[in-house]
Amino acid sequence: MPTAIEIFKLLPKKNCGKCNFPTCLAFAMQLASSKAKLADCPYVTEEAKAKLEASSAPPIRLITIGAGENKVEIGDETELYRHDKKFFHATRYAIAISDQASDREVSVKLRRAADLRFERVGQILALDMLAVRNDSRDPATFAEMVKRVSRESALPLILMSQDPEAVRAAASATNLSRPLIYAATFENIEGMAAAAKELKYPLAVRHDDLNGLADLVEKVKAAGVEDIVLDLGAEDLQQTLERNTIVRKNAIRKTFRGLGYPILTNVIGRERGMAMALISTMKYGGIVLMEDLDPAHAVPLFVLRQNIYTDPQVPIQVKAGLYPINNPDKDSPILFTVNFSLTYFTVAGDIEKSRMPAWLLVVDTEGLSVLTAFSAGKLTSETVAEALRSTEAMAKSGKGLLIIPGMLSRMSGKLQEATGLKVIVGPKESSGIPKLLRSL
Amino acid sequence: MVPMVEVPVPKEKWSGKVGTVALGASTADDGERKVLSIGGETGMPFLSYEGLGNRQLIAGEVVDDTSELIEVAVRPFGDAVNDPAAWAKRWVEEFGADLVCLRLRSTNPEGKDAPPEDAAQTVLKVLAAVDVPVIVYGCGHEEKDARTMEAVSNACAKVRLLLGQAEENAYKTISAAAMSNHHALIAFSNLDINLAKQMNILLSDFGVKAENIVMDPLMAGLGMGLEYSYSVNERIRMAALMGDRMLQVPMLCDVTSAWEAREASEENATWGDVVERGKWWEAATGLAALVSGADLLIVRSPLAAMVLQDAISNLRGGK
Ligand code: B12
Ligand code: SF4
Repeated sequence: MPTAIEIFKLLPKKNCGKCNFPTCLAFAMQLASSKAKLADCPYVTEEAKAKLEASSAPPIRLITIGAGENKVEIGDETELYRHDKKFFHATRYAIAISDQASDREVSVKLRRAADLRFERVGQILALDMLAVRNDSRDPATFAEMVKRVSRESALPLILMSQDPEAVRAAASATNLSRPLIYAATFENIEGMAAAAKELKYPLAVRHDDLNGLADLVEKVKAAGVEDIVLDLGAEDLQQTLERNTIVRKNAIRKTFRGLGYPILTNVIGRERGMAMALISTMKYGGIVLMEDLDPAHAVPLFVLRQNIYTDPQVPIQVKAGLYPINNPDKDSPILFTVNFSLTYFTVAGDIEKSRMPAWLLVVDTEGLSVLTAFSAGKLTSETVAEALRSTEAMAKSGKGLLIIPGMLSRMSGKLQEATGLKVIVGPKESSGIPKLLRSL
Repeated sequence: MVPMVEVPVPKEKWSGKVGTVALGASTADDGERKVLSIGGETGMPFLSYEGLGNRQLIAGEVVDDTSELIEVAVRPFGDAVNDPAAWAKRWVEEFGADLVCLRLRSTNPEGKDAPPEDAAQTVLKVLAAVDVPVIVYGCGHEEKDARTMEAVSNACAKVRLLLGQAEENAYKTISAAAMSNHHALIAFSNLDINLAKQMNILLSDFGVKAENIVMDPLMAGLGMGLEYSYSVNERIRMAALMGDRMLQVPMLCDVTSAWEAREASEENATWGDVVERGKWWEAATGLAALVSGADLLIVRSPLAAMVLQDAISNLRGGK
């Protein structure tokens, strides 16, 4: 964001008050802290507008692919290290379908794409995009396949082709919402840029040398395309890590603004595809494009993304309170746990598995795990007793039993005193809960 | 075509440097054991234009008590898991481990409660079986570990072991033993840059030299708090490069923590093959450790170890 003084220099200096601020300077100060909109000044010139927009543009442009609830947003990052604030737009994963694939192969890929969907700590982890690849080199065949895929899946698309005619053919065959064109290179730049501009689709630009890539990007911009994604042509882990870092750091530090766009890592055909995908997830990748994704790879990859993109300030947590599981009644026992999502979902899942009715009391530990909360003094016999009171748990369960996490065995005596309940020390691992509940 | 633009390489001007620690043979050794050095980086991890330092290394985990093994993780070792020396040998000869990490779990008072002298014998057997440097841990029981590690250190005075672990409330016995036998020492702390620094200060005040300290800031596994460790590691590395001398020691990450997550070893049809998934669960944890600053990894699965060895070479551009 430019400073108030920089903005002030560009204002008309009429001090007319039409912006609802007494002077242009006052207005500039509000603008600088994003509390006013430039459009509120009726006299601001087009030139000033353009200048201000350019200098307040984010270091990495936000790119939207697709539309509606499945749309993908990448870019608009402001940090090099997640501990400085956080990473905003998580890496997105795409798998490719060849336009020469048989009917059955396509069905299998689409089925897989739909199945790559897991729930973890209350969040959905899923595949984000599909790419259609123009292996046939025939525009009509490509258009047919794009049509089929867009009919059978709601995921945003990547149009993989070297040929602007194939991209146009796909666009006219069916109604597509902002697919990503992949990719413009030195060979096809004019045609690709023209197609992207005309169709208003974002365009990926690929080159394996950063200077050349910056050159290409300038050309694409000159042709009127603003929504750009970069493929840095990395072939291995070192190139992925180094090139992604150079591009990200230059953009954020504003030492070079020509590559201020999100990065796509294409691992198709790479020997270390899975490792490249993991590295790109940690190091600034916006999209990872893969030939296919086995669930055994998807689960660790998705969870790594979930970890890296968690806000360092806010652990993923659930609401404290008393949760009924498996239709409990007065005869069902109370178990307690903490409101750290990972813990809650693990424990709740294991109680569900047991099929035994129970009340799960979730104590507010500000999103800390059992031992972490205990060590930090946020989980004591008093806080547990208070949670029992405020949720009126004892009115709902008359059994007089409180099952506590095995890691907190040292708390059992005090808890018994504080609550008057019979305390049962549960297993250390929540996987032991079903056995315990069945034995009661 | 001549490019019109020159994209700058944003090389930082760091003033500090990670120190190095040599593991393996000591001056008194028989001269048979490999000496391996870790650390020495002058930049952020794997940025060759900032300075790579020594190669990152992998230690294969060996346990002297099979009662709590995760079968999927150690399956490739077959029967060798019943014999620490045989297990260690397979790590080195078949699966390319740079070091062996021996955990003396048999000493646990709540388990087999093996006496320290027996445990020290196990260490000697492992040392005889392999020619790589060895890391030794106790069982995690504070009082017992002090005695066990003292016995181990004294029994292995000819070899330069890496001893685990010195903690804030339990470091004196192990540090004294390490100093008198010229062993290197793991400085453990709990996922916090200040505690990591505090631990190094405690050791240095006690007389342990930096060249004998490897720090372990606790690597949480994938899905189990990995993000905290990733950021703590990055901050430690940056502080070292910015000149904080008390954080300029190489970093060890125990990525066997990956196996605490149920996704690593639970059979589940929708999650895909458990062997492949477990391998990548630990490998992903290892990659996160490497990319955030680890110099030395402790690994459980040989399949994950092979992925990580290859990744290290590849990340270093073959160096
Ligand atoms: C990630 C982590 C952190 C994160 C916090 C993450 C979070 N949101 O809680 C951070 C970095 C902030 C942190 C900080 C600290 N941590 Co910490 N941390 C961990 C770590 C690596 C993982 C914790 C975790 O997420 N576990 C996973 C969850 C699911 O486990 P859980 O909540 O215990 O639930 C399991 C069981 O308890 C059981 N269970 C849960 N509820 C119930 C209920 C019933 C009825 C039953 C039967 C079972 C059951 O089932 C679950 C699954 O099996 C552990 C080490 C480890 N590997 O465990 C250390 C650990 C918990 N931390 C520890 C400490 C000491 C601290 C600090 C005090 C140190 C410091 N740095 O200052 C601080 C305190 C926090 C503060 N001051 O605010 C110690 C605790 C020591 C002890 N034995 O008491 C540990 C064990 C590390 C160690 N080995 O020393 N920590
Ligand atoms: S409306 Fe424009 S010219 Fe008038 S005071 Fe506000 S900023 Fe200045």
